[in-house]
Amino acid sequence: MIELSNVNKTFKVAKRNAGFTEAVKALFMKKYEYIHALNDVTFTIRDGETVGYIGPNGAGKSSTIKIMSGIMAPDSGECVIDGRVPWKDRKAHVKEIGVVFGQRSQLWWDVPVIDSFELLKDVYRIPFDEYKKNLNRLTELLGIGEIMKMPTRQLSLGQRMRCEIAASLLHGPKILFLDEPTIGLDAVSKIAVRDFVKALNKENRTTVILTTHDMQDIEALTDRILLIGNGRILMDGTLDELKSRNTSKKTLVITYAGEKLPSVERVAVVKDIGGHAELVIDTGEISVAEAIAAISAAAEIKDITVQGTTVDEMVVSLYKEFKI
Amino acid sequence: MKLYFKYAAILVKSQMQYKASFFMTVAGQFITSFSSFFAVYFLFDRFNEVDGYTFSEVLICFAAVLMAFSMAECFLRGFDTFPQLIKSGSLDRMLLRPRSVIFQVLTSTMEFSRIGRFMQAAVTLGYAIPTCGVDWTYDKVLTLIAMIIGGIAVYAGLFILYAAISFFTIEGLEFMNIFTDGTREFGQYPMSIYGKGILKFFTYVIPIALFQYYPFLYLVGRSVEWWYGLLPLIGLIFIVPCYGFFVFGLSRYKSTGS
Repeated sequence: MIELSNVNKTFKVAKRNAGFTEAVKALFMKKYEYIHALNDVTFTIRDGETVGYIGPNGAGKSSTIKIMSGIMAPDSGECVIDGRVPWKDRKAHVKEIGVVFGQRSQLWWDVPVIDSFELLKDVYRIPFDEYKKNLNRLTELLGIGEIMKMPTRQLSLGQRMRCEIAASLLHGPKILFLDEPTIGLDAVSKIAVRDFVKALNKENRTTVILTTHDMQDIEALTDRILLIGNGRILMDGTLDELKSRNTSKKTLVITYAGEKLPSVERVAVVKDIGGHAELVIDTGEISVAEAIAAISAAAEIKDITVQGTTVDEMVVSLYKEFKI
Repeated sequence: MKLYFKYAAILVKSQMQYKASFFMTVAGQFITSFSSFFAVYFLFDRFNEVDGYTFSEVLICFAAVLMAFSMAECFLRGFDTFPQLIKSGSLDRMLLRPRSVIFQVLTSTMEFSRIGRFMQAAVTLGYAIPTCGVDWTYDKVLTLIAMIIGGIAVYAGLFILYAAISFFTIEGLEFMNIFTDGTREFGQYPMSIYGKGILKFFTYVIPIALFQYYPFLYLVGRSVEWWYGLLPLIGLIFIVPCYGFFVFGLSRYKSTGS
């Protein structure tokens, strides 16, 4: 159980304009600017949930992750995870969590991956049997049996990411933080990572908190979305809720016989060029079936496709809606 | 402690991945230390003695400082490279592991190639011990050992201090090199030759003279105060405030996140 209430965090950032004279000035008189990275952030995550934590760059995602993982302390507010305050009870807390940073490695660069694993076993004081059990399972699920014997520096990004994930799960944590785990991965590796996380959540009931810019990650993995912008939680709901916010609009792409489509009531024409048209309807006003019936009454339809909004578009419209 | 050796083993393995580079660095370290050795040699070739100290006597001082420095640098290299650890995010990763940060910084790197410098010191010591004219009684042997241990401690303290300061600023850290690399170089001569002011500074502020000058006086028979031989142990105490400052810096890091 993760509980954050009214968490605030402000950073002091030195600032100066470009140019040499400005640089000299800054040497003697530094100007600081305060950035409110987190503003009254409050949410609760239950055990076994998978939560997608989204927001544009610099919205406060990393700060929240840092606070939840005990690296950073907030200025005010409370954060309690399984009854512990992460940054106060650091050592006990980090034993129960696993953290994967997509952009940074936690493996020793020049030695075979398995050596890193062995060392982590001692760092986390994992009992031998448990280590063997976890390792076997992770190797099997992530398919890293062979690549484990290679030095980290020789692995491809996709191979390395799978090893990174394994490394952060050796001690069997209850909570897994994934910070952009699929960044830069090819399609096959992305799907492998997603499938693995899904299985992990299902079988071990591991709580997963995922930050990503890849909306397919969100769609495949999470049942709940937290949207953060300018340090505030803007939306907290399920993916379906997010969809229903936006899916009232549908796009119909049709091919028809003739040159110009006669106008149909409650159907907006976006584009109409020589037999091809793109129409938008609001399902609150007219259902898709009604619209198709109305259009086919007015023109002879040869082909039709109905498109909903993609998650990407939804997020863009959310960002617009909240002006972030 | 067992874990320490496991970390050390992985670091040895890592460095052995680049064998040629490793041995070149060892050789390089060995040879560059020679240059300072020759500086001492040629000086004495001309003047025979400095401030009343003979060549072999000064070599004892030289070797003790070099040995202490190379040991400290080998095992506390992590603190020396600490600013990079902060920048690269490695410190964040350390905070995510259920071990003390100090321990993890210690084990983040070990510079085994410093063995080159260490060997240079050992060879010099091997030459100076029989030729310096010291009557090697037990207490004098212990004094020499105390000098080296005290020296390791003081340099360790300085490296930790350096790391602690980098929590607050990464600019201007160069001045710390005066006390680390700088004292390694001019600590080759007994501190008194630089004058009273310098001697006082390196006695009371940064206790270099405590392991390098006073016990040395006793060693070569310039002083009969046997307790001078115990002064290097104060170097051990020097670590305490440095460590405290590091812990303070770390807690500040946690609250600012930068």
